[in-house]
Amino acid sequence: MENILEVKDLKVSFHTYAGEVQAVRGVSFDLKKGEVLAIVGESGCGKSVTSQTIMRLIPSPPSIIKEGSILFDKKIDLVQLTLKEMESIRGSEIGMIFQDPMTSLNPTMTIGKQITEGLVRHQGLSKEKAQKEAIELLSLVGIPRPETRIKQYPHEFSGGMRQRVMIAISLACRPKLLIADEPTTALDVTIQAQIIDLLKDLQEKIGSSIIIITHNLGVVADIAQRVVVMYAGKIVEQGTVDDIFYRAQHPYTWGLLHSILRLDDDEKSELVPIEGMPPDLLAPPQGCAFAARCPHAMNICLNEDPQTQIIQDEHSMACWLMDKRMRTEIR
Amino acid sequence: MSDPILEVKNLKKYFRVTNGVLKAVDNVNLSIQRGETFGLVGESGCGKSTLGRTIMRLYNTTEGQVLFNGENVHQLKGSRLKQFNRDMQMVFQDPYASLNPRMTVGDIIAEGIDIHRLSSGVKRRERVSELLQTVGLPEEHASRFPHEFSGGQRQRIGIARALAINPQFIVADEPVSALDVSVQAQVINLFKRLQEENGLTYLFISHDLAMVKHIADRVGVMYLGSLTEVAQSHELYRNPLHPYTVALLSAIPIPDPEVERKRERIILEGDVPSPINPPPGCRFFARCPKAMPQCQVDTPRWIEVETDHYVACHLYK
Repeated sequence: MENILEVKDLKVSFHTYAGEVQAVRGVSFDLKKGEVLAIVGESGCGKSVTSQTIMRLIPSPPSIIKEGSILFDKKIDLVQLTLKEMESIRGSEIGMIFQDPMTSLNPTMTIGKQITEGLVRHQGLSKEKAQKEAIELLSLVGIPRPETRIKQYPHEFSGGMRQRVMIAISLACRPKLLIADEPTTALDVTIQAQIIDLLKDLQEKIGSSIIIITHNLGVVADIAQRVVVMYAGKIVEQGTVDDIFYRAQHPYTWGLLHSILRLDDDEKSELVPIEGMPPDLLAPPQGCAFAARCPHAMNICLNEDPQTQIIQDEHSMACWLMDKRMRTEIR
Repeated sequence: MSDPILEVKNLKKYFRVTNGVLKAVDNVNLSIQRGETFGLVGESGCGKSTLGRTIMRLYNTTEGQVLFNGENVHQLKGSRLKQFNRDMQMVFQDPYASLNPRMTVGDIIAEGIDIHRLSSGVKRRERVSELLQTVGLPEEHASRFPHEFSGGQRQRIGIARALAINPQFIVADEPVSALDVSVQAQVINLFKRLQEENGLTYLFISHDLAMVKHIADRVGVMYLGSLTEVAQSHELYRNPLHPYTVALLSAIPIPDPEVERKRERIILEGDVPSPINPPPGCRFFARCPKAMPQCQVDTPRWIEVETDHYVACHLYK
């Protein structure tokens, strides 16, 4: 399968009064055409900064892309584009859904206007045609009575309905890539189920590739084919959903999987938290960023950062436990 | 055998709004046993927080009673009221908004001690150190300010504050939903340990059903101001009776790809309707996959279908 997106060694920092915060510290991953990739990790791990950098949504200053490339559709390096050039890609080639459907729509514009905006601008449709298309999009995302709804304002929609409108806007130009940053976090579970179902359905119909950013591993298991696990600005492990859920190799991934509760557990098992807190990215540790919280940490972990190693096919991780020398010792 | 610390009887809490009456809590009955954890779940706007706050006496009732140790909470006065304020404490959802940014952690934790004049000077300082240790923070942190702490640490401070005056009962309103999963587990384990050590009773309000299943002995499900089902937590998850409970459980994705691939999900249509001037009949009628004509007319009665398993639904007689 061809890659729609190739992120290579991406480093993003923010300049603050306290110093340079290294939010993303060398992230590399690929996304295949038609694939759903989930990026998981805790707050501050750099998952949103990574996705917003792909969209070039983070203002500079204070942020700077220090290194790396984001190759989109095999030909364009998004990092090198001017903001003007980026505007023609944003919304037409790459769509985005944000976490908070309450604040990401313009309260002073009708829903119809907000959907047709991109169609008129990117595809040069006439107003009437765009209007027709907008009605079709609204019914595609499951909004009843689209002809009347299109004339209404965001405050007349509930949270779940607004998220559907957001999805309609992001899909208006049939983007090749859709980035969904915590698309269901602000919603109730029954509405979350509706939205995830909708995203799956639309992905089949339109065939966009999707990057979904979430901290909810249940949603990941439901929708994603591949998973990237981030910690303190780096990817610690990536692989297929089965690799991550059943064959995880990194102690942080183990910790994440153990600290979540499952509704289908019969026994009241003890929750195993990851003790401590993530490191301060103003002064990231010299060695492995997880070493301070890792129950398996060795001397080398504190002093040297582990390299990413391929375990099998698409499954890779960065941990000294998987070092060849280490493995022979265990054997 | 039965030793209820809290009883809620026909409780109603209505709010007057511009276009009618918002029935936030409508005729809720429940009792909580001493030493147990009662979990209250439901979606946003279902009235679970209003119920918690009315029990705490942060709101007056519209009708009905809340009995704490047999006494009507909303009619307490004088020293009885003071004692009640010591016996019941609350842990709030947002660890960023619920701590005064201009007070030191030590003063925040000791505020209740000061108000009730429980100790002062060295004793007060010792008590604060002891509380900080109990919740797993170093005692030096007493002189710091809230902004110096992470969300998980702030929630620990909020718990220490609630414990400061030795309450019997703690209302925890979404105490971990603002935290990351690995930190959630830390705070949940802390809640459990404190319960064992101090014999506390918890009313644990949350929208996270997996979390409530883990911590609660019994669970109540709320929808639009009314309880729809109450049962022992393992019973509720194994044998949900109300169609809303069934749909709610089915909506939650399980963090296991194998299970997810095989699962058939019940997806509820539409949104939760407005609690302002709600129609008669069952509140869940409009979204219920099993709705019958009768449901639109009659409000279902609250009945005990099996021992300790209550439900309000016309499917069960």
